[in-house]
Amino acid sequence: MADLTTRFLGIESPNPFWLASAPPTDKEYNVRRAFEAGWGGVVWKTLGAEGPPVVNVNGPRYGVVHGADRRVLGLNNIELITDRDLETNLEEMARVKADYPDRALIASIMVPCEEAAWKAILPRVAETNADGIELNFGCPHGMSERGMGSAVGQVPEYIEMVARWCKQYYDRPVIVKLTPNITDIRKPAEAARRGGADAVSLINTINSITAVDLDRMAPEPTIDGKGSHGGYCGPAVKPIALSMVSEIARAEATRGMPISGIGGITTWRDAAEFMVLGAGNVQVCTAAMTYGFRIVEELCAGLSDWMDEKGYRSTADFVGKAVPNVTDWKNLNLNYVAKARIDQDLCIKCGRCYAACEDTSHQAIAMTPDRVFEVIDAECVACNLCVDVCPVENCIEMVPMEAGRVDPRTGRVVSPDHADWTTHPNNPMAQAAE
Amino acid sequence: MPAQPQTGQPGPIAGRLSADALAENFADLHPPLSAHEARVAADRCYFCHDAPCVTACPTEIDIPLFIREIQGGRPETAAREIFEANILGGMCARVCPTEVLCEGACVREAAEGKPVEIGLLQRHATDSLMARQGHPFTRAPRTGKRVAVVGAGPAGLACAHRLARHGHDVVIHEGAPKPGGLNEYGIAAYKSVDDFAAREAAWIMGIGGIELRHGQWLGREVTLDALREDYDAVFLGIGLGDVNALGLEGPEVEGMHDAVTFISALRQADDLASLPIGRDVVVIGGGMTAIDCAVQAKGLGAESVTLVYRRSRSKMGASGFEQDLAARRGVRLIFEAAPVAVEGEGRLSAVVFERMAEGPGGLLATGERFTLPADQMFRAVGQRLGDASGLKTVQGKVVTQGSGRTTMDKVWAGGDCAAGGDDLTVTAVAQGRDAAEDIHSTLTG
Repeated sequence: MADLTTRFLGIESPNPFWLASAPPTDKEYNVRRAFEAGWGGVVWKTLGAEGPPVVNVNGPRYGVVHGADRRVLGLNNIELITDRDLETNLEEMARVKADYPDRALIASIMVPCEEAAWKAILPRVAETNADGIELNFGCPHGMSERGMGSAVGQVPEYIEMVARWCKQYYDRPVIVKLTPNITDIRKPAEAARRGGADAVSLINTINSITAVDLDRMAPEPTIDGKGSHGGYCGPAVKPIALSMVSEIARAEATRGMPISGIGGITTWRDAAEFMVLGAGNVQVCTAAMTYGFRIVEELCAGLSDWMDEKGYRSTADFVGKAVPNVTDWKNLNLNYVAKARIDQDLCIKCGRCYAACEDTSHQAIAMTPDRVFEVIDAECVACNLCVDVCPVENCIEMVPMEAGRVDPRTGRVVSPDHADWTTHPNNPMAQAAE
Repeated sequence: MPAQPQTGQPGPIAGRLSADALAENFADLHPPLSAHEARVAADRCYFCHDAPCVTACPTEIDIPLFIREIQGGRPETAAREIFEANILGGMCARVCPTEVLCEGACVREAAEGKPVEIGLLQRHATDSLMARQGHPFTRAPRTGKRVAVVGAGPAGLACAHRLARHGHDVVIHEGAPKPGGLNEYGIAAYKSVDDFAAREAAWIMGIGGIELRHGQWLGREVTLDALREDYDAVFLGIGLGDVNALGLEGPEVEGMHDAVTFISALRQADDLASLPIGRDVVVIGGGMTAIDCAVQAKGLGAESVTLVYRRSRSKMGASGFEQDLAARRGVRLIFEAAPVAVEGEGRLSAVVFERMAEGPGGLLATGERFTLPADQMFRAVGQRLGDASGLKTVQGKVVTQGSGRTTMDKVWAGGDCAAGGDDLTVTAVAQGRDAAEDIHSTLTG
């Protein structure tokens, strides 16, 4: 069994799986149970400033997007930061950390964008002996209306400013949690780095309305006939999160900055995908909220088995390994030519490849009267749609053409050399090959 | 599990089982899907291009489309799609041998041996719509044409409905006291629970423009000549009224019945406990009727039920599902044996069989005999047309061409009485519907 021990910002945890700041980490009872279940760490649900805590709605807080068998594909929430007293949270954090010194305990914080507010809370958090802090600049609902959460995360200057205060008044690692509700995720990450933050974590939730009640003409979740946009998370947001993580991992200005990956992680494979794209560890929420804390057993067992199979001895061995292969479109090899090939023994003759290609793509699949489906190489652009819609695994494959053969679609000989848009004659900005 | 018989008395006697046991044995064979189950089942459909299931359906229901409409949360929309092609889609969802039709052709059957549950999904959709008030179709403006439909079975009802939709006035002449034909009188009770056949017939006639006259047997109360005289067109959906004989040696004994009579009586019984059933029952035949008879005999509490078919299992008319059902319910199946004689003094006590062998020249008697004790025997060896009313027939069925045109002017035929069919409800529906379209074209052309 591979050693899953992970050091992130110098904080050691027995595995790379932390629970994200969210309802599962709102109080001592939950966090103790999470640690007993095997989670490597938690980011304690966001603390607010001293004084009367925020209040939550008393109607539904969550909306959902279901698959056919009510599988939770996406979840949204309009819950605010902790609605419990600051003192209570701090006392509980200190107790839990003392009892579980080997687990990571990070405090998520959201206070007004004023130096005094941060200066006041940071020493209190330090007293709990928490391993670090995470700045909640992400929540897109409720708190953002009050100038906090994503309202800060959408302004890089604010991020930089607050990060700097935190590094000034707190001596342990500072993580900035980023909102995806922006146009370019690299900008806030750069700001965090400029402000001295040790790491970024992403993504926070995405602005969303999960559904509309067509009888009440109101968005869901509906509270007394009205609804408000919430933050979307769960498996549905994973592709967005993966892309954003990879952007920060490969951008020059943020390269090497530690990343805690968040967004729809449900199985070990999801976690591994985040980590090879540059995340040093991952945070999980929706999967735990759907299935309970025990899912960490599958996460650990699956990741460990995969590591053994691949010969990785620690998580550091594979973190960032796929980053060099994330590139700009302009660098993709235009001389790479593939053609779809249908395995007739596996084909069940549903015709989905035909319908998709004939109606919406390149008319590159022929159908005989007895339902045999064959690729027309002279039309196939290797778009992969047939592979994607085929219900049978491995039935349709994209087979690269060998160099030297003639592509029947273009009549051109397949070249063994790399050639991309940067040098393409159709590109007005093309540079002559040197 | 069917309840065990509580009495081993020879019979036939009534009341072998408790009311609870009877309720269990005659409960819905395929309980309906809940809305959630239907969504899950619908999600398995691949929405195939030019789907093989549609090709396999005699009424060519657009199955992928109706399943997609269930996925979209609109079972009533799905039902309209079904009823557009097959107005008896509710009954067909219950009685179609889907394993040899749509589900047999499903690509997931080929891929993994687990087809999309098309029959149950069709039932979900049709039940949803039929549970609502009102009829989903409206009639075209009246044409002033009058059409006689003889027989209120699946073919007749489908024909009448389509004609009424086109604005023609239809009179159905039916001999039996209730409409539905074999749906009402000829199939196992567990396939049509809660009086479904009667409810469906009433619902179909809800379109209006259809008058149903009972006690009108063709050749008795009404003749084909008179109908041709009185109406612009005639459709015959009269089924097969007579039962084939067996011609067995031995004394005249009590305890020998036609399976269709037994099933009909069972379907019309108010109290199943009032039906006498033997202790040792023998059923002769290999079709759906034989299975329906045998399983229901067992269900009423017969201690042993043996179904004997003269050919091999592969030749059996009943589908594999039906054969398995019979075996599961405790019916013993014997193949390649034919009855030759009955024994008994006044009452049936045993049936003598001879082993048969399939040879190149057909079925051969081997001379080897065996005897089964029996206090009741049912014949289910096929039915034939009664009075053909002067129509040309082949192998005891009315000759038709195209969309059910007979050799006689103004007369169409469909369903079991017409040659070339396969004795399935769904085929009868398709033939009735298509004949109606042809009649419509002829009358308005």
